[in-house]
Amino acid sequence: MTEYTEETIKRFEDPKHAGKIEETTAVGQVGNTMCGDVMKVYLEIDEDKTIKKARFKTYGCIAAIASSDKICELVEGKTTDEALKITEKQVIKELGDLPPLKHHCSLLGLKALKKAIRNHEEKHSTQ
Amino acid sequence: MDEEQTAYFDSGSTTRIDSKVLEAMQPYFKQDYGNPASAHKKGRKAKRAMNKARETIAKSINAQTKEIIFTSGGTESNNLAIKGAAYANKEKGKHMITTRIEHKSVLNPIKWLVKGQGYTVTYLEVDSQGFVNPEELEKAITDETILVSIIHGNNEVGTIQNMEEIGQVTRRKNVLLHTDACQSFTKTPIDVEKQKIDLLTINSHKINGPKGVGAIYIKEGTKITPLNHGGGHEKNIRSGTPNIHGIVGFAKATEQANKPEHVEKMRKMRDKIIEETLKIPNSKLNGPTGEKRLPNNINIYFKGVEGEALSGYLERKGVYTSTGSACSSKKLEPSHVLTAMGMDPERANSSIRITLSRLTTEKEVEHMLEILPKVLENLRKISPLY
Ligand code: FES
Repeated sequence: MTEYTEETIKRFEDPKHAGKIEETTAVGQVGNTMCGDVMKVYLEIDEDKTIKKARFKTYGCIAAIASSDKICELVEGKTTDEALKITEKQVIKELGDLPPLKHHCSLLGLKALKKAIRNHEEKHSTQ
Repeated sequence: MDEEQTAYFDSGSTTRIDSKVLEAMQPYFKQDYGNPASAHKKGRKAKRAMNKARETIAKSINAQTKEIIFTSGGTESNNLAIKGAAYANKEKGKHMITTRIEHKSVLNPIKWLVKGQGYTVTYLEVDSQGFVNPEELEKAITDETILVSIIHGNNEVGTIQNMEEIGQVTRRKNVLLHTDACQSFTKTPIDVEKQKIDLLTINSHKINGPKGVGAIYIKEGTKITPLNHGGGHEKNIRSGTPNIHGIVGFAKATEQANKPEHVEKMRKMRDKIIEETLKIPNSKLNGPTGEKRLPNNINIYFKGVEGEALSGYLERKGVYTSTGSACSSKKLEPSHVLTAMGMDPERANSSIRITLSRLTTEKEVEHMLEILPKVLENLRKISPLY
């Protein structure tokens, strides 16, 4: 397989945030036009717009799974505004590194996150 | 990972060398290291060894000894066959025919000829099992056609083409037939006379021989322009001091591999693996079954699990496999072979290849069959598509 950092492999093999939230307040799903992968992010967001819990489901490569897990970890406890500021670079740095060919995989996770937050905002603005 | 726990299922990429082969090669490094082109004793000894090797290889495909040219491997033989035949026959025409399921070392020389050298190509479609239709081939041949190149045993899905039928068409139409037989060599019968093959590529490292050595069979009287110009080795078709230890190893590997019991053993293992893996829910075999499939090839689709992730997870558990998924390719495109067989990207990207050699052990098979369902379960649990 491609060379990955220990941190990436660890996350991939034993992701702490894999799964879904039944009582979720926000879901975001995106597909990767690059290689056909699919990522779904579930968020539990409270009244103060703080992300209480984040979970993911990913169909994709090792980098995609590891990034999803990392992103979920990073956003827990943050407000949605703070979460939206997370960059691809930051995710890659947190994972130690990612091969250039795999950078788009971490971007995909961020897109799913954004979609979930937007989904939450839409729900609440119409209420 | 300690060696004991390793289970190697990527023999379609390369194999480990057989100890008997390694032993046969030994004298040619430090003792009989002569150049077969030299007139002295050491040179003569090397030449004798080379001739013997040539004989062994020729016999294994029912060719004449003089029709075998040694090369550095499959890629070189394919390049030599395609560019060599294209150049030598350009007066006759500049049209070639191939399939969509060839190895890159066939597709890319052809692309190169088309892009810059004024040749044209027709790609034959394959059916859902990967078979070429000889009637379609016949229809595609024009007065301009000089060469047809069709892979014998497919490297990804193991489809074995009916070379005899294909050969009848090309011979009748007076067009050269090349086949890449790297995967099928010693694993399914090859008879260049009966199958009417003009050019054939084989190599050593797929059959538990050393890397860096292969051969091309060139039917007597077939015109080929060399790629390497130099000292005139190999009847001026392939200059360069021959890789004598490699050639000796290649011949020994051929001799060792060419026994029906090996094919039987691999076929049984293959069918057991197919049977067991198909018990896993939502899995499907890609490619044909039985005699029409390479005895060492398994290619399976597992719904909802991306190939690179599956293969990578298995590797962490000491099980080596391969995948043609988009994520594992440099271009982020799914396998051209599975796609040509009509599979949608999700299926192509969720398939892995498990390939055996005659040295694969029962223990390795057991290990893999034990690990695989667990790994799949883990990955399916986190898949949004399952
Ligand atoms: S998700 Fe396809 S390359 Fe990472």
